[in-house]
Amino acid sequence: MIDTPGGGILSGPIDDVINWARSNSLWPLTFATSCCAIEMMSTAAAKYDFSRFGFEVYRATPRQADVIIIAGTIVNKMAPVLKRLYDQMGDPKYVIAMGACATSGGPFFYNTYSVVKGADHVIPVDVYVAGCPPRPEALLHALIALQEKIKAGTKRERIDIDGNKIIEKR
Amino acid sequence: MIEEIGTTEQGDLIINVGPQHPATHGVLHLVITLNGETIKKIEPHLGYIHRSIEKMCESLTYRQFIYTTSRMDYLSSHINNHACAMVVEKGLQIEVPPRALVIRIMMDELTRIASHVLWWGAMAMDLGGMTPYFHAFRERELINDIMEETCGARLTMNYQVPGGVMADIHPNFQRRVKEIIKQLYKKLPEYDELVTGNVIFKARTQGIGYLSKEDAVSYGVSGPSARASGVECDIRKHYPYGGYENLNFKEVLHTEGDTYSRYLVRMIEIRESISILEQLVDNIPEGDFQAKTKAVLKLPKGEFYTRVETARGELGVFIVSEGGTTPYRIKFRSPGFSNLSALDHMTRGQKIGDMVAIMGSLDLVIPDIDR
Amino acid sequence: MNNEELITQLTTIQPNLLPETGGEWPNFFVEAADWPKLAQALRFKDDLFFDYLFCLTCIDWKTHLTMVYHLSSTRHRHNIVIKSKLNRETPEIEAVSDIWRTAEFHEREVYELFGVNFLNHPDLRKLILPDDWVGYPLRKDYEDPINMIKL
Repeated sequence: MIDTPGGGILSGPIDDVINWARSNSLWPLTFATSCCAIEMMSTAAAKYDFSRFGFEVYRATPRQADVIIIAGTIVNKMAPVLKRLYDQMGDPKYVIAMGACATSGGPFFYNTYSVVKGADHVIPVDVYVAGCPPRPEALLHALIALQEKIKAGTKRERIDIDGNKIIEKR
Repeated sequence: MIEEIGTTEQGDLIINVGPQHPATHGVLHLVITLNGETIKKIEPHLGYIHRSIEKMCESLTYRQFIYTTSRMDYLSSHINNHACAMVVEKGLQIEVPPRALVIRIMMDELTRIASHVLWWGAMAMDLGGMTPYFHAFRERELINDIMEETCGARLTMNYQVPGGVMADIHPNFQRRVKEIIKQLYKKLPEYDELVTGNVIFKARTQGIGYLSKEDAVSYGVSGPSARASGVECDIRKHYPYGGYENLNFKEVLHTEGDTYSRYLVRMIEIRESISILEQLVDNIPEGDFQAKTKAVLKLPKGEFYTRVETARGELGVFIVSEGGTTPYRIKFRSPGFSNLSALDHMTRGQKIGDMVAIMGSLDLVIPDIDR
Repeated sequence: MNNEELITQLTTIQPNLLPETGGEWPNFFVEAADWPKLAQALRFKDDLFFDYLFCLTCIDWKTHLTMVYHLSSTRHRHNIVIKSKLNRETPEIEAVSDIWRTAEFHEREVYELFGVNFLNHPDLRKLILPDDWVGYPLRKDYEDPINMIKL
């Protein structure tokens, strides 16, 4: 993969095939904390089936999952657990913040002492879905947006523990 | 994060189940002490979804705090809102018009059917069968469509307000309720064929997780889990509210107290709820759907308590008011909190493979426990 | 039994109860030191038989704390409310988790949210908050400028 300005030489088509394959078979982790879980389960059921987009099987362990859909509120006691799950997932991994609570704290923003105001305080998020709870169609729209983001080929900038900036291709 | 949890002997195994687990119906962390495969002690660690709702409600007005209860036990959201609206009406002595009472009962019973049907699908999935999950969601989607036409939302509907309901029912409501009654009568025998009469299911649930009547009352268990042990605790029958006194339905009681009878009680309750809907669907009285209330609600000084029967048990809302526009202290007595405290007692001496069946039969919703 | 009979019965068992009517159920104020004896009598006497404790909570009036117990009987279908005033600096009351097993979890919750010490409780630890939380969140003087964003 030769990295030249404007894209790689001779590596563009291979990248495209790899990205197409990755985006069409993302397997989610069974992670759900509160009410958005029911809408996620509805999206997985027969009426708004999301296995036609490739999210066929839910994996119970983060080592075998590609995408984590954060459905529900994250509180102070749960934040280290979420970070540990995210660290255990293998690259490339994607995150969808579903619902108002995971996006910004939602209805529990004011006057609560235990809610993390947005899951992106804990892990980096790729797609945000609005709604309380979002309709299944909104979640499907977010999944399709994530698939398009993967097909476009993205780079992620990360600062590691010593302060060095690392640019990763995903 | 495991502290001293009592005496453990040589050879005991301590394992963690959760918080992220496909079968715990939410984020519940159980620390289980095992001797071989026999459970010695289960200790629940809660708080992974503690959203400090009681503190937050002290700064919300009496019309605003109702939406937080929709998100507490989200599978019976109408019934939770009903409890909060009732406590405000009790404090302000508001009289609810008869049309609103009947609409409230119909929405409550539709919610109860939706909750029990989803519980059925989830319990069968916990024990390993994927098919009932899809059947359950087919019926639940029909009920969600009814809710969406009238209330505007599928899961957390802020429809019941102090004084009545927020908007009148859609013209299609009665037709759709009749259709869903017909559909349920056709499909419930299918549910029985799939799971209730299934030999494997019966072998995995009969005789497991026994809870006696005295223990059920002492642990504060309520709802279908207590009625399966013979406790007569249906609030709709013994402390009736909101129009239930005029209806004709049975309280479902079994005496065996094991997991299978908790399952049967809920299946029969679905049928009782359908019969309540049948009694009401053609007899909705005409009139207002909301009583006239002031724009800003201020409860008088004092303490008010209401009890309703949700799909899980008895929900209590306790408001202490100092005369302002916001409550001074709110306490939600949630059914799951007390039901969970009986889990340790029910699983002593059982095998670890039965723990999921017992927990599934209690029908826990974890945000209800942590509030 | 109706409310008047309950008031007369309870005041004979415990003479220094202060009954309060006006609400739906009779309320009684009891001293913290007399609570264990009254709890035993309420649970085990045949004509009272309050076997179902359905709500246990605490209210923070800024000068003192009040414990509130809601009791009901599955046999006679009557309900009462027992309250007890506690000192704000050292709130202590006897635990009733051996009489009503549901009180075990409820008392742990009141302990961590209000700071009330329950004597002779089998297992008094934090239940809902993280283990290293400092302070009693549901008290009225709890300030947390980092987490709590005021409206």
